[in-house]
Amino acid sequence: MSTGANLVSFVAIGVLVGCGVTLLLERSLSRVLLGIILIGNGVNLLIIFGGRAGGAPIIGVTEPAAMSDALPQAMVLTAIVITFGFTAFLLAISYRSWYLTGDDEVPDDVEDRQIVRRAAAKQVSTADLGGEGADEDPEQVFPPLDHRSRRDEGPG
Amino acid sequence: MTALVPLPVLLPLLGAALTLLLANRPLPQRVVSVGCLAATLVVAVLLLVQTYRHGLLVVDIGAWPAPVGIVLVADQLAALMLVVSSAVTLCVLLYSIGQGQAETSETAPLAIFHPTYLVLTAGVTNAFLAGDLFNLFVGFEMLLAASFVLITLNGTELRIRTGSTYVVVNVLASMIFLISVGLVYAASGTLNLAHLAARLDALPDGVRLSLQLMLLLAFGIKAAVFPLSAWLPDSYPTAPAPVTAVFAGLLTKVGVYAIIRTQTLLFPGQEAGELLMVVAGLTMLVGILGAVAQSDMKRLLSFTLVSHIGFMIFGVGLSTVAGLVGAIFYVIHHITIQTALFLVTGLVEQRTGSTDLRRLGGLARMAPVLGVLFFVSAMNLAGIPPFSGFLGKLGLLQAGVAAGGPLPWALVAAGTLTSLLTLYVASRMWNLAFWRAPCQGVAPTAPLPALMVGATVTLVALGVALTVVAGPLFNVTTDAAVNLRERTPYIQAVLPGGPP
Repeated sequence: MSTGANLVSFVAIGVLVGCGVTLLLERSLSRVLLGIILIGNGVNLLIIFGGRAGGAPIIGVTEPAAMSDALPQAMVLTAIVITFGFTAFLLAISYRSWYLTGDDEVPDDVEDRQIVRRAAAKQVSTADLGGEGADEDPEQVFPPLDHRSRRDEGPG
Repeated sequence: MTALVPLPVLLPLLGAALTLLLANRPLPQRVVSVGCLAATLVVAVLLLVQTYRHGLLVVDIGAWPAPVGIVLVADQLAALMLVVSSAVTLCVLLYSIGQGQAETSETAPLAIFHPTYLVLTAGVTNAFLAGDLFNLFVGFEMLLAASFVLITLNGTELRIRTGSTYVVVNVLASMIFLISVGLVYAASGTLNLAHLAARLDALPDGVRLSLQLMLLLAFGIKAAVFPLSAWLPDSYPTAPAPVTAVFAGLLTKVGVYAIIRTQTLLFPGQEAGELLMVVAGLTMLVGILGAVAQSDMKRLLSFTLVSHIGFMIFGVGLSTVAGLVGAIFYVIHHITIQTALFLVTGLVEQRTGSTDLRRLGGLARMAPVLGVLFFVSAMNLAGIPPFSGFLGKLGLLQAGVAAGGPLPWALVAAGTLTSLLTLYVASRMWNLAFWRAPCQGVAPTAPLPALMVGATVTLVALGVALTVVAGPLFNVTTDAAVNLRERTPYIQAVLPGGPP
């Protein structure tokens, strides 16, 4: 069974997914979104190459033995639609986040902020923060709450 | 009777379409969605009776025969999960109607709660009934897409913040699942579960093991198994109470269900058994230690949720029939009881305006009914006899002892310790929120709507009733587990002519 996969396709998949993961690790939601789109496209390519390569799978056009495998293509169509939906939703979320707070960065979670607060109040050892002490990072000790103009709640 | 099989997916989907058309007309919307879920519950019960008496039901969608077309398969496990999930979703729907969560308001101009909730239910039931890997993926995506909308309901700043973590983590898990699906297809040329069960055995060991690990990774994120669980306690608590309740009860269990299904049907060998047991032990201990450190009821309960996922994974990891029986029983117990606890917490929040244990107090006197509901559910979760939590844990620990060996014994010890710590956490919540004298500044607010209390009472009673029907329930779970281990009934029902 020849799948049509070759070194170029694997490198393409690797580059797409690799760049996607790098972007996914960013704090800004719009970069995360780009990362997810890249990973999604890489995965779709991977699925396509999982099936047999050949002519269009239409009876009367191609000999059955020379047909490509239609199933991965059908699956990829579904996957594209799903990725599209998620992309739209993430766009909406990052827009909403920008609307409410002035940026689309994913902030620290509750626990992280508590630990930072305690470290600032010298209640825990700064060694617990892993390397960099609380005093050395003013952004962490004094969370940048009000330096951006906050917009009114709700779309009006 | 096979005509019943697609109904648990179709009914909620049709209901979702109808309720979307009826948006901004509250009464018809409520009637349609309650009617849909009630009908789903009836169908699920019929399916359970049918599968228990006569074996599996298989439907080839569009009359395309099995390995080519899409199949829906209702076996005992799927039917059991359907019954529990539709009962729980119905209760939570009534609760949210009572709370007015589903109504339009300033911040939610379009009444999308009902349609989204029904799509979520359809996704869950589709995942339970899916007979091929890609349909399982589609079920997951349906429930995920709906859960994204529900967790960011009203789009407040807090919900957007926690929702974005939830969305990114779950989209990543979906991508990993999709990669696994692609690799499974490339390696075996099929995605039908029964067909895969026959074909995967022929693959080289290394390929099979890597496929298994990829799938476990994807399902592990969904099920919140320890190293992959950090997203859960941070994102669940901010959603509206009924949403948190149904997420906590059902969504992680869909992941556990997928692990049970693939581990028994596709990978019956025991290569991953030890790995599963190690992560199960870590999930239990790390989860419950996290719960000990919390001071907010919702966050605390989210950590106990993570911790108790470990019990189910332990049962799966044992790879014995007794372990599976325990795991399935525990899934059923935990769905009802975890949802009930979150609903009670929602009532506490409704009553006092807070779930912070540092500010609550004196609730047992202020709202005795609430006290009873919380006490019964919390003791049930901690596994005090004669509640079903005790029976589930006993079954799992017995299975561990019967399996013998250092690792199962270590897991038995970890399980016992986790139960004790759960009891500690539960009594701490009880002492702080209910038993001690009221704190200053907690003013009792509005009285509780009868429908909310009624739905919660029903669910707590359901949790207690699991003890009463424990005997028959153990028979059903044993039956399900035996069939899962044997595999042949499933393969023969889906592929009557043998695998091509």
